[in-house]
Amino acid sequence: MNHIESILKIKKGELSSLEYLEKFIDQINKKEDEINAFITLNEEKAREKAKEIDKKINNGKEVGKLAGTPIAIKDSIITKNLRTTCGSQMLKDFSPQYDADVIKKIKKEDGIIIGKTNCDEFCMGTSTETSYFGPTHNPIDHEKVPGGSSGGSAAAIKYGASPFSLGSDTGGSVRCPASFCGTVGLKPTYGSISRYGLIAYASSLDQIGTITNTIEESAYLFDVIKGKTKNDSTSLKYPDRDVYEELDTDISQKTIGVPQEFFGEGVDQEVNEEVKKSIKDLEDQGAKIKSVNIPSMEYALAAYYLVAIGEASSNLARFDGVRYGHYSNKNKDWEDYFSEVRREGFGKEVKRRIMLGTYALSAGYYEKYYQKALKIRTLLKNDFERALNESDLLVAPTMPFKPFELGEKIEDPLSLYFADILTVPINMVGLPALSVPSKEEDIGIQIIGEPFSEGEILSTGKIIEEENQ
Amino acid sequence: MNVTIGLEVHVQLLTKSKLFCNCGTNYRDSEPNTHTCPVCLGLPGSLPVLNKKAIEYGTMAGLALNCDIANEMQFHRKNYFYPDLPKGFQITQYDRPLGQNGEIRLDQDKKIRIKRIHLEEDPGRLVHPPSARYSLIDYNRSGVPLLEIVTKPDMDSPQEARSFLKKIRETLEFLDIFDGSLDGAMRCDANISLEGGGRAEVKNISSYKGAEKALSYEITRQKNLLRRGKEVKRETRHFDESQEITRSMREKEQEHDYRYFPEPDLPLIQLTEEKINSIKEKLPELPEEKRKRFLDQYEITKDQAKSLTTSKTLANFFEEISQQVNPKKTATWVTDSLMGELNYRDQSLSESNMNKQKFIYILEKLRDGDITEKGATKIIRHILDEGGHPKEIIKQKDFKAIKSQNLDQIIHKILEKNSEAVEDYIKGKEEAINYLVGQVMSETKGKAKPADTRKKLQKILEGYDG
Repeated sequence: MNHIESILKIKKGELSSLEYLEKFIDQINKKEDEINAFITLNEEKAREKAKEIDKKINNGKEVGKLAGTPIAIKDSIITKNLRTTCGSQMLKDFSPQYDADVIKKIKKEDGIIIGKTNCDEFCMGTSTETSYFGPTHNPIDHEKVPGGSSGGSAAAIKYGASPFSLGSDTGGSVRCPASFCGTVGLKPTYGSISRYGLIAYASSLDQIGTITNTIEESAYLFDVIKGKTKNDSTSLKYPDRDVYEELDTDISQKTIGVPQEFFGEGVDQEVNEEVKKSIKDLEDQGAKIKSVNIPSMEYALAAYYLVAIGEASSNLARFDGVRYGHYSNKNKDWEDYFSEVRREGFGKEVKRRIMLGTYALSAGYYEKYYQKALKIRTLLKNDFERALNESDLLVAPTMPFKPFELGEKIEDPLSLYFADILTVPINMVGLPALSVPSKEEDIGIQIIGEPFSEGEILSTGKIIEEENQ
Repeated sequence: MNVTIGLEVHVQLLTKSKLFCNCGTNYRDSEPNTHTCPVCLGLPGSLPVLNKKAIEYGTMAGLALNCDIANEMQFHRKNYFYPDLPKGFQITQYDRPLGQNGEIRLDQDKKIRIKRIHLEEDPGRLVHPPSARYSLIDYNRSGVPLLEIVTKPDMDSPQEARSFLKKIRETLEFLDIFDGSLDGAMRCDANISLEGGGRAEVKNISSYKGAEKALSYEITRQKNLLRRGKEVKRETRHFDESQEITRSMREKEQEHDYRYFPEPDLPLIQLTEEKINSIKEKLPELPEEKRKRFLDQYEITKDQAKSLTTSKTLANFFEEISQQVNPKKTATWVTDSLMGELNYRDQSLSESNMNKQKFIYILEKLRDGDITEKGATKIIRHILDEGGHPKEIIKQKDFKAIKSQNLDQIIHKILEKNSEAVEDYIKGKEEAINYLVGQVMSETKGKAKPADTRKKLQKILEGYDG
């Protein structure tokens, strides 16, 4: 089950990288048609790379930390010479000329990219239904959505198409699909992983994260990709320690904060109960439980959407059909040209957010919307800081409800936006957060900590994981 | 009628790499789109990283323009669509610029206030091949650091605007952070209004001459409108450099809402007082200071000191030559002769064939009497027009001054030929000597020194008795 053991076996020459890879490719061949977790598969190049690594090992050469293990990469992350679409028609034939910083790190550690996973178009969605390449199905129940926007990564992990995967999380896009698909999703501290090569949705909120089957695998992968790089000025120097080595399941000295607002109106009773069961488990392990408050929570969702779409309207301006991506052959003047390219190339939800974001940043509205949202962001920061002064970690639900049916909410954007209510505040404040399955496979428990406390929240997640086994 | 002019000047800073990536800034002779990378092409996923040198250069400029330098500054995004703008926004500074409240004095001691200076990235360049039905885009320029200098509306004539631009060039060149001789390195927009009329913003001005032309055209246009009792609209106009007129831009192009917001990919920039002070200490001597020092240190005139400090190249040229040749002589020859010849040819010293060694050689030959002043001027002209070393030119063109003994012979020859003039002189008609000097000069093709010739003539004629 634990894929870190497989890596160790590959390193020792007890398991061939190619053989290991073929197991996942078999699984893809069996189930991918039903699930649609991938936009682009990279089997042939993956096989070549696996052979290369096997050869290295046979020749007694040193191999990296990810020695020959496959990794599924969300299609919002740039991969050199491997089609990167971000789920959009706009980039349906886009073959990048460079690698994202995280991809460089993965390649350096001999990881193998098995494919690019499906996601909501430009990561704008909570169900992976806005992808130009069709929706992904939840492997637990094919009629249900896998969550989003990193739905392809979570589904790929769940149905066994890859042992590791990367997603990206702007307002819950790693944690939501992790929760819906019964997997572990880590959204690390803002700045702890370079965003260079992550196609920007909302720069001040975006963070690359991991989706895996287990806590240990998340910690292991996080250690490979974390740390400041020169290409991302907002990336931060990570404390010099290995999170994987730090995992510790003694929680007796910890105080768990339970933020009351995360259990309020709109959160299903069933979800509340499952999360509370796990909190009880932690208490039984010796943790102190304390009720805390995030009073500004009621404004968080609205403020989040204003910041996100405002930044998105600017980040997505570069798709104008001039240098790459979708273009038009019609001879028109400039205004008509780029307008047509964008009308054709973007889907409905992306256009909706660009238009709203443009509006929110317009003269006369900026103060009313964007600037006000920034003020709420400050309030949220203060609230979380206070809550985390009163406790060591916060435990709450990841999603307010269980996975819904495909097509159920897609025509009702507001109800879809509401699904993000418990995840977006964390992006607004830049803290690390984890989603780990509860006793109910498709209900995730969210664990939130102070900046750089990935080790701590993963350790707590591990207790819940062990309890549920 | 009162004229009010304010300028927004864009100058490219001479950093080695671009403002937000490692691409080189020396794009001018390169193939299109070869100085590019994911960042300056705005490829998906790329992020800007600030070039700290640009902050240092901007700060130097700010200090030289007497601005208050911000201790904390921020970049903003200016959003608009244009094919030369690869990200669909320009990273610039908005409400927290690098410097504010500066001023600079023009030569007539007129004070021009600087409202603000800020850093931003240059867009790419559109190329319109003649008679083609398409345009091409070259992103080599994309991301080159620009310093925008915004003045208060303190200028009241096109000539003053031109002097201001010259002053800016002069100042920034002294700091070695700008090279005004590079094509397109300085561009400007001008706001101009007449009393009782609306303000026109004129875009696309790319030279001093252009600034003067555009503004003069605007004054005439606005005056005529007002005279006919018509309204001068507040609008943006485009300067057509080839026709030397301004044209109203389409309304659509004017209605920009740039939706400025803080650039989330770049953290706030802190500039401590210590850092600002250390930049201040390293600041080279500015034109004004240099002028004063030249006056004190060398026996030259005020006008010469002013001329010699109009560019750093020129000032250094003068000062280095002065170490070897008499400074007063050097100043005279540089300002009167060399600069006059350069201006006549519309050349700058750095792009001309003249260099320090050649000029020193000429001045030394002149001092030693090996060439005449006339000869020196001819040599300078020859070098500027055709190049070459003065040593060779003197040999080839026979510019060598006539030496004393030879001159005696020539004088005797002339005296024999012109006995009438000689007699006139002896009879007391002193002007006659001028005629004789002229004859000697023409015989020697100017290679004799007029003063020497005159002296010799007088001496020889005194020996004659009537």
